[in-house]
Amino acid sequence: MSFLSVSKVSKAFGGNTVVDAVDLNVERGTFFALLGPSGCGKTTLLRMIAGFETPDSGTISIDGEVMNTVPPHQRPTNMVFQSYAIFPHLNVFDNIAYGLRKLRLPREELRRRVETMLATVRLEGLGGRAADQLSGGQRQRVALARALVREPKVLLLDEPLGALDKRLRDAMQIELRTIQRKVGITFLLVTHDQEEALSLSDRVAVMSGGRILQVASPRELYERPNCREVADFIGEINFFHATVKEMTDSGVTVNAGLLGIVTLPRANVAPGIAAGDTIALAIRPEHVRIGREGVAGEIVTRTFLGERSHFHVKIAGRTEPVAVSGQPPSGKDATLAFPPENLIALPADQT
Amino acid sequence: MKSSRLLFGYALAYLAFLYVPVLVLPLFSLNNSAFIAFPLAGFTTRWYAGLADSALQHALVNSLKVGIATALISTLLGLTAARAVTRYRLRGANAALGVISLPLFIPDIVLGISLLLLLGTLGLPLSLASVVLGHLLICVPFSLTVLIARFEGFDRNLEEASADLGEDGWMTFWRVTLPLMLPGIVASLLLTFITSFDEFLVAYFLSGTEATLPVYIWSQLRFPARLPMVLALGTLILAVSVVLVIFAEKLRNQGVKKPVVGA
Repeated sequence: MSFLSVSKVSKAFGGNTVVDAVDLNVERGTFFALLGPSGCGKTTLLRMIAGFETPDSGTISIDGEVMNTVPPHQRPTNMVFQSYAIFPHLNVFDNIAYGLRKLRLPREELRRRVETMLATVRLEGLGGRAADQLSGGQRQRVALARALVREPKVLLLDEPLGALDKRLRDAMQIELRTIQRKVGITFLLVTHDQEEALSLSDRVAVMSGGRILQVASPRELYERPNCREVADFIGEINFFHATVKEMTDSGVTVNAGLLGIVTLPRANVAPGIAAGDTIALAIRPEHVRIGREGVAGEIVTRTFLGERSHFHVKIAGRTEPVAVSGQPPSGKDATLAFPPENLIALPADQT
Repeated sequence: MKSSRLLFGYALAYLAFLYVPVLVLPLFSLNNSAFIAFPLAGFTTRWYAGLADSALQHALVNSLKVGIATALISTLLGLTAARAVTRYRLRGANAALGVISLPLFIPDIVLGISLLLLLGTLGLPLSLASVVLGHLLICVPFSLTVLIARFEGFDRNLEEASADLGEDGWMTFWRVTLPLMLPGIVASLLLTFITSFDEFLVAYFLSGTEATLPVYIWSQLRFPARLPMVLALGTLILAVSVVLVIFAEKLRNQGVKKPVVGA
């Protein structure tokens, strides 16, 4: 059994199922992200692991111990709240020391532990600072230190960077990753920001509508999404309608309309696709080639992004322009090619 | 131009109407005459000296006892009810709040008479305790209002954070909820104390032989010669009340500081 194991966990609020029979396995010491749009149930799942909500069914266990009936204050988890929940009547030192009372440490030992933690989150010398004199980034660090100082088995982070501005968020991302490597504690992060999830985590679970769609490494999620929703949620992607003509062990031949008949490697085909199916053929903007051969089109928008540009190409027979990333030709016209090895076959929407 | 001058005049008249009667009290309490009439007869503090009266002091002590007991019990009840209403998803919470607040809309004289009848029927003697009971009916809604506002003003996550950091319900209350609620609690104590201290009708019906201060003052009004002394007493009560109310309001508005979000 995994270090943190969530098995068939469901939760409904007033007849509205928020978490729907979710299975989740997190290995010890990993940085794991739960990624999904708001309202997908990721925060409820996190709160059930922390003990603030009780699952209607299913079990949650940490390090082999079933947690379902354990109250929050006895669980080996600690949480960094989205609002940080810094105690306003305590200074930084007392906030961090709050969870150490039960250990009845000698004064010197307590001081040493809090100060070590202050150094870890780079808040040296700010122990005496009042809670209301902290900046957003500092509050975030205090919340992190307060949770980490208890050396939890699992640290839960609920959109920890959501309240910070872009630059601070980028800096904190790198720092969070460094801190996690240093302390070696299992981090479970909840976020709606795919960039955050991809850059921070070892593994990512994509959630939608109370279910987990895919659990994979960030690279795998990006390159081999298993459904349209994941592909769409992670980065930008173009979809084409297609039908499967033939499936062999080595490859799959599809009729992709505008793109003609293409054969893609078997590894690029999501599970559950059979011959005759209508599918969605997907390709990332950076995989679309600009050259002499292929489908002719007209560039409608360009965004200069430094070493590369992002542009949209309108092609005949398709309402939505194709997103392309790379070096655009100088004129208005562009010819696009879609290398079969970069095409991904995904089930078309169930609807 | 003309309308603004009219408005100014109205505001002035309004303020005068509110405060001139109140100012008459200290004015005549320092007037060297037993008759409350203009012109003023000269300055004296002898009415204040007359306050050193044992019956008056007994009534004052009674009022303090009733006021303090009412304030403590009412705030405690208000605290538990406010917590229940704001922290849990309760069925019928609004109905319960309505029932608790209903005494606010019942005339005190009706409240006094009905309590008198009830105590008589039950065969319970009238005492300061019965006055406290009556005052609780009036004061609990005040406590509740002040404390609910305070509870709503603080981040629920703070209590969760405390549980998350290993503290059970009682320790969380002690280490987080109580310190953060303190301004609200003090405000509730002050407001209910003043309400009880000033209350006359219910106390008049329920105090029996143990007069509270307002009841005592009422009894003194039968003797015209005692009137200036009552004015002196009234002036003192007024002064203390004003100070307490200002203090309580200040505390009530001193909310939990909103966290600064962003850098």
